Amino acid sequence: MKPFEYVRVKDARQAAQALGTERDQAKILAGGTDLLGEMKDYLVTPARLVNIKTIPNLDKIEHDDKKGLKLGALVTLSRLAEDKNVRERYTALAQAIDLSAMPQIRNAATIGGNLCQRPRCWYYRDEHTICLKKGGSKCYAVEGENQYHAILGGGPCYIVHPSDPAPALVALGARVVITDGTKTREVPLEQFFILPAQNVRRENILAQNEIITHVLVPAPAPGTRSVYLKEREKDSYDWALASAAVVVTPNAGSVGAARVVLGGVAPVPWRVAEAEKALVGQPLNPATLARAAEAALAGATPLEKNGYKVPLAQAVVRRALSLTMA
Amino acid sequence: MARITELDVNGSREKIDVDAERTLLSVLRDDLDLTGAKYGCGEARCGACVVLMDGRPVPACVTSAGSAAGAKITTVEGLEQDGQLHPLQEAFLEVGAMQCGYCTPGMIMAGVALLRDNPDPDEAEIVRTLEGNLCRCGAYPRIVAAVRRAAGMLRGGGAA
Repeated sequence: MKPFEYVRVKDARQAAQALGTERDQAKILAGGTDLLGEMKDYLVTPARLVNIKTIPNLDKIEHDDKKGLKLGALVTLSRLAEDKNVRERYTALAQAIDLSAMPQIRNAATIGGNLCQRPRCWYYRDEHTICLKKGGSKCYAVEGENQYHAILGGGPCYIVHPSDPAPALVALGARVVITDGTKTREVPLEQFFILPAQNVRRENILAQNEIITHVLVPAPAPGTRSVYLKEREKDSYDWALASAAVVVTPNAGSVGAARVVLGGVAPVPWRVAEAEKALVGQPLNPATLARAAEAALAGATPLEKNGYKVPLAQAVVRRALSLTMA
Repeated sequence: MARITELDVNGSREKIDVDAERTLLSVLRDDLDLTGAKYGCGEARCGACVVLMDGRPVPACVTSAGSAAGAKITTVEGLEQDGQLHPLQEAFLEVGAMQCGYCTPGMIMAGVALLRDNPDPDEAEIVRTLEGNLCRCGAYPRIVAAVRRAAGMLRGGGAA
C-alpha cells in the first residue's frame, strides 16, 4: 500500500477542505471495508485519507412516523438491520443488509460508504488490468469473461453495482443529503447513481469535496410491504447475480402503487417503470407476476456469457412480489 | 502525520506511538506483540484477523489504528480470566475444532460475540454468524460443534 497522510475531521467543512478538489488525491474513510482493500491492490493510491467517523452526530437512526427515517451516513449496516422499526416498516432494507457481505464487515461498514462502494468487476479489481474505468481504452468484459456483468444499462463499461441496500433504498424512495460544508443538496437516491455512459470513471455524482451526511427514507404508506430477494452463486458472502427490491402498496384487492428495482444486473440500481405499470391496478396473481417479471427484463441485452441472468432476474422479481403477499 | 499514542486493548491502556494510517492488526501484532489475530487475506475476506471493537467483531486488517483509537479492543489473548479460558476456548480444545489453527482466533472472537448476544444459537445461526470466517482445513463441523458445546457450558453456569 502506498503511504498516505491521515486526517481526522470534525465537520463537513473540514472534510471538504481536507478532501480538496483534485480527483482521488484524497479519499473519504468511514468503515474502510472497501477502500483499504482497494488501496492494498493499488486500485486507488490517495495521498491522504480523510476520516469522517470523527464527525459527531452522523451515526444516528432517527424515526418519525410521518417523515420516515433519517439515517446518519455513519450508521453501520449491522446497527441498521438490528433496528426494530427498520425491520418492521422498511423490511426490504433490513433484508438487503442481512444478505450483504458478512457479519464482521457489516459491523464496520457504514450505510453512506455502502452507497459509494466501487464495483466488483474482476477486470476492474485486477491491479494489472487498466480498463476503461481506470483510464484505459477498453472494457475487457465485452469480449472476455462476462458471466457476472451487466445485462441492462451497460456500455461502454459493463459493471454491475455491488450494493444490496441501494436497490432496496431506491425502491423505498430514499433521498441522500450531500454537502461540501457550504452548499447542501438533497437528491433522490435514484439520481445519485450514474451510468458508465455518463461518466465511465465514476458510479455516482459525489464531487471530490462532498460527503453524504444523511439518507432519508419516507415513511411507507399504510399496508405497504417491501421485500428484497437476492440470488448468488454461493450462499454466504457473495454478491448478487440478480436481486430485486419490490415495494407494494395494496388498494382494495389490487396493487395501488409499486416500485420494482433490480440489483446485480446493471451499473446502477435498475428501477423498471414498465414492471411497475404492469402491477398497478392489477390483482397480485400469477399472471400479473409473470407480466411484471417479463416487463422488468424486457430491455435486457445480455453479453455472451450472462444470458442466464434474464430468467434468473425474472424469477427473483416474481418470487419477491409473491413474498409481499406472504 | 497523525500519531496514535494509546490503545485500549484487553482492558489495559497500552502506550504506543504509531502512525494513524497503520492497520490495527499490524499494531496489535508488531507493536503490542499480540499475535493471536492473524494476517490472512489482508482484505477482510477471510476473518483470520477478527478482533472485538467495542464488543463487535471487526476485521482488523482493514481497520486503521486511527479508527481504533478510543475504542475498547479485545483480542483472543484477552479472553482468559484469572487463568481460566473462555468456555468457547475450552470447547475448541475439547472438540478438537482446529487443525492448523490459523483461523481459530478469528473464529473464537466471532463466536464469543455471538454467544454473548444469543446464549443458545442453533446451527443455522452459528453458520450465518461465522460465514465470514474461512477455515482452509475444513474443520467447520467441529467448529460449529464447539460453539454449541460452549453455549451449553455457558447456560449450565460454567465459568464465563
